[in-house]
Order: sequence, then C-alpha cells, then structure tokens
Amino acid sequence: MNGAQDLGGMMGFGPVEPEAHEPAFHAPWERRVFALTLAAGFTGQWNIDMARSARESLPPAKYLSSSYYEIWLQGLERLLVDRGMLTAQEVAAGRSLAPARTDLRAVAADAVPATLARGGPSEREAGAPARFSVGDAVRTLEMNPAHHTRLPRYVRGKVGRIVALRGAHVFPDTNARGLGEQPQWLYTVRFDAHELWGPDTTASSVCTDCWEPYLAPAA
Amino acid sequence: MEPKTHSHEGSTLSEMDVRVRALETLLVDKGYVDPAALDVLIDTYEHRVGPHNGARVVARAWVDAAYRAWLLEDATAAIGSDETFGFRGRQGEHMVALENTPQVHNMVVCTLCSCYPWPVLGLPPVWYKSAPYRSRVVIDPRGVLADFGMTLPSSTEIRVWDSTAEIRYLVLPMRPGGTEGWSEAQLASLVTRDSMIGTGIALDPSGVAAGAGSAR
Repeated sequence: MNGAQDLGGMMGFGPVEPEAHEPAFHAPWERRVFALTLAAGFTGQWNIDMARSARESLPPAKYLSSSYYEIWLQGLERLLVDRGMLTAQEVAAGRSLAPARTDLRAVAADAVPATLARGGPSEREAGAPARFSVGDAVRTLEMNPAHHTRLPRYVRGKVGRIVALRGAHVFPDTNARGLGEQPQWLYTVRFDAHELWGPDTTASSVCTDCWEPYLAPAA
Repeated sequence: MEPKTHSHEGSTLSEMDVRVRALETLLVDKGYVDPAALDVLIDTYEHRVGPHNGARVVARAWVDAAYRAWLLEDATAAIGSDETFGFRGRQGEHMVALENTPQVHNMVVCTLCSCYPWPVLGLPPVWYKSAPYRSRVVIDPRGVLADFGMTLPSSTEIRVWDSTAEIRYLVLPMRPGGTEGWSEAQLASLVTRDSMIGTGIALDPSGVAAGAGSAR
C-alpha cells in the first residue's frame, strides 16, 4: 500500500535530531503502549505483518503527524476491534461494554522471557528451488498493490544484483491479509544508487531484502 | 507539515495517559494480558537489553579473528548461541553483520517502519523511527552523517541497508587505533550504539578513560 509509512526518498522533514542520553521511553504511557502491544500480540490473534499493516493503514496526514507510539496505539486498537477482542464502542468509551472472548489466554509474566527468547523466526522450508542465484541481475516489479507489501516505492521497476540468498521466509503480502504464510525465497538485492535516484544522491548503493515474487530476471 | 516526534504538550500527555490506562484496564479485566507480564516486558527493554549487548559482540570480534569470521559468516549463531552471548529472539531472529572497512561504510535503516536488532541494540531511538532519518538516509546518507557531525572521505563507498524483511543488520565498526592491548571490556566501552547502526564510528580512545561506560 502506497501509504505514508513508505518514506524512502521523501524530502522536507528536516534534519535528523539525535537526543543525547535518550531514554527508552519518553512518557509513562509509551511504556504501557509498548508492553500492551507485545502482550496482546502474545494471544496469537495476529501476526507481525498484520500489525504492520494496521499501523500503515492510518490516513497519511494522521500517520505523519502522530508520534511513534501514538501510531502503535492506533494500530493496536484497530487489531483488537478487528479480532473481536474489544468493540469500537469499548475503545472509545475506555470501559467494558461487552463480554470478553473466552478462547484467549494471557501469557503469564514468568513465560515472558522464554517467549521473547523464542521470538518469531520467519524462515521456513522452501517449497521449490530458488529461482535466482547470488550475482544474478534482477529487476523489481513495477507494482502498486492496495494491500501490505515490503517493496518500497523507491525500488520498484529497478535493476539490481543479488548479493545474498537468505532462505525462504514468510511472505508478508499474503500473511498480512490472512492468506497464509506462503513462504518465498528471500534475497538481498543491491541497487546502484544512481539506478534509484539518478545523479541526486550521496549513497553508493542501497540494499533491500526482496522476496522472489517481487523480482524478475533483468533483460 | 512538521511531524511530531517525541515532544508532547503536557495536556496531550495526560490525555494519552488516561486513554492508555483505560485500554490497559480493559485488556487486563478481559483476561487478555497479565499486568505482571507488562512489567516484565518494560523492565526487559528499559533496563536489561541495550547497546551494551552489541558492544560486547563488536569487542569480541575486534580481539578474536575466529569469532569475527564466524560473526560475518553466521551472525545469528555467533551472537545468539549459549556458548557466546545468548543474545537472540524477538527482532533478532535472523542476524547479519556488516563489516566497515577503510573503503566501505555501512548504514542501516528501515524506511517502512522501525526494524532494528533488539537483542543487541535494544529499542531504537526516536530519530531512527522518525521521518527525517527514514526518508533521507537512502538517498543522502552523507547529509545524514553531517547531522551526526560526521564526514567521511569522498572516496569511501557508502552502502545503505534498508531492513525490508526480518533480517536484522548489525554494523561492525572499525577498531580505533591506539587500542593495542586493551581488554574486551575496555574495547566495548568505545563501541557506541550509533557506530553499530552506521551513523557513527567507535570512540577515539584518547578521549575516553579505558573502562568507562559506553556513550551514545
């Protein structure tokens, strides 16, 4: 989706402003939003691609004017409502108005360290041999799907070279829509910066990780 | 439009506190989250996991050639194995280390969201997640480096890595000169968070008392 999250190459946001001795959180509520998002995610009602998709579906003006954890909060609220864990009325009212789903169980505090250590590996068994090899020239597809994708606009329709094969990984474009993991080969593709930006760049190259369905052989 | 980063008006803050507290109460009352689990999550990422983890990995790679080779070959195992550091799991399931050299400088970004190697660096700083960095580093990395007060020779090749999948990148900065004979712990104090993202380099030992804590 060509949303406001796809920021690569946009201009006018001003300088990067590093903060000395920056704390992990800047307000008490940020701590809670962070932890609530992870803990609610432990119920298994959505995957990471669905969570990203929920955040990206904010209207662009809203996305760009929200702080990071404000975006997380709005994404979390959307997921909770979409999965029937809360009603929109409950989110708005901030109190319980409907029965809870009874098929879900909270992850207990003592299970958190192991849950974090396990993480969510995305590598899967490959269903077919990889189509491309390291060194191959490839062209990314020119595409503009209305759904979640991980091919940024600035690398669409561009020629690059495969520099690494990363194994088969869960495919976000289907996983985000509840259409299954459909693992695909994942490649790191290096693009000469001039291929992406013409003369207007100070980079030498940019690498992105591309799933096989994003790629075609370069003619 | 001026994107809001981490500056909040007092009124916004309390409004957000109220809203988030209400949501937390709802989720706890419905049995979806355990309040004690929230505290563990916050403590983990506020106090336990952070760039001091990554600094240990880098320092080991500086003193141990075999470890360095392993890190560059299979960073997930070299960092996450119980025999080494055991830094693994969420947002570090598939790690790749990028070696900086006098010829090549690597920089890491996630233009689409905020992908970042949590087990070695902790949670990302605000600037890493914000529009100015995400928009600009892929097209003008030298301009971004200037924002960090850093200039590289024009001959240096700058490679930017956009974390678009679940691969998490850790930059292996160059070991500063004048550190011969330093211990791993002393060297780790020179390894900044930014040097492991590529928006900085390791600290100059002349400006640091050996063994001091690591800075930004």
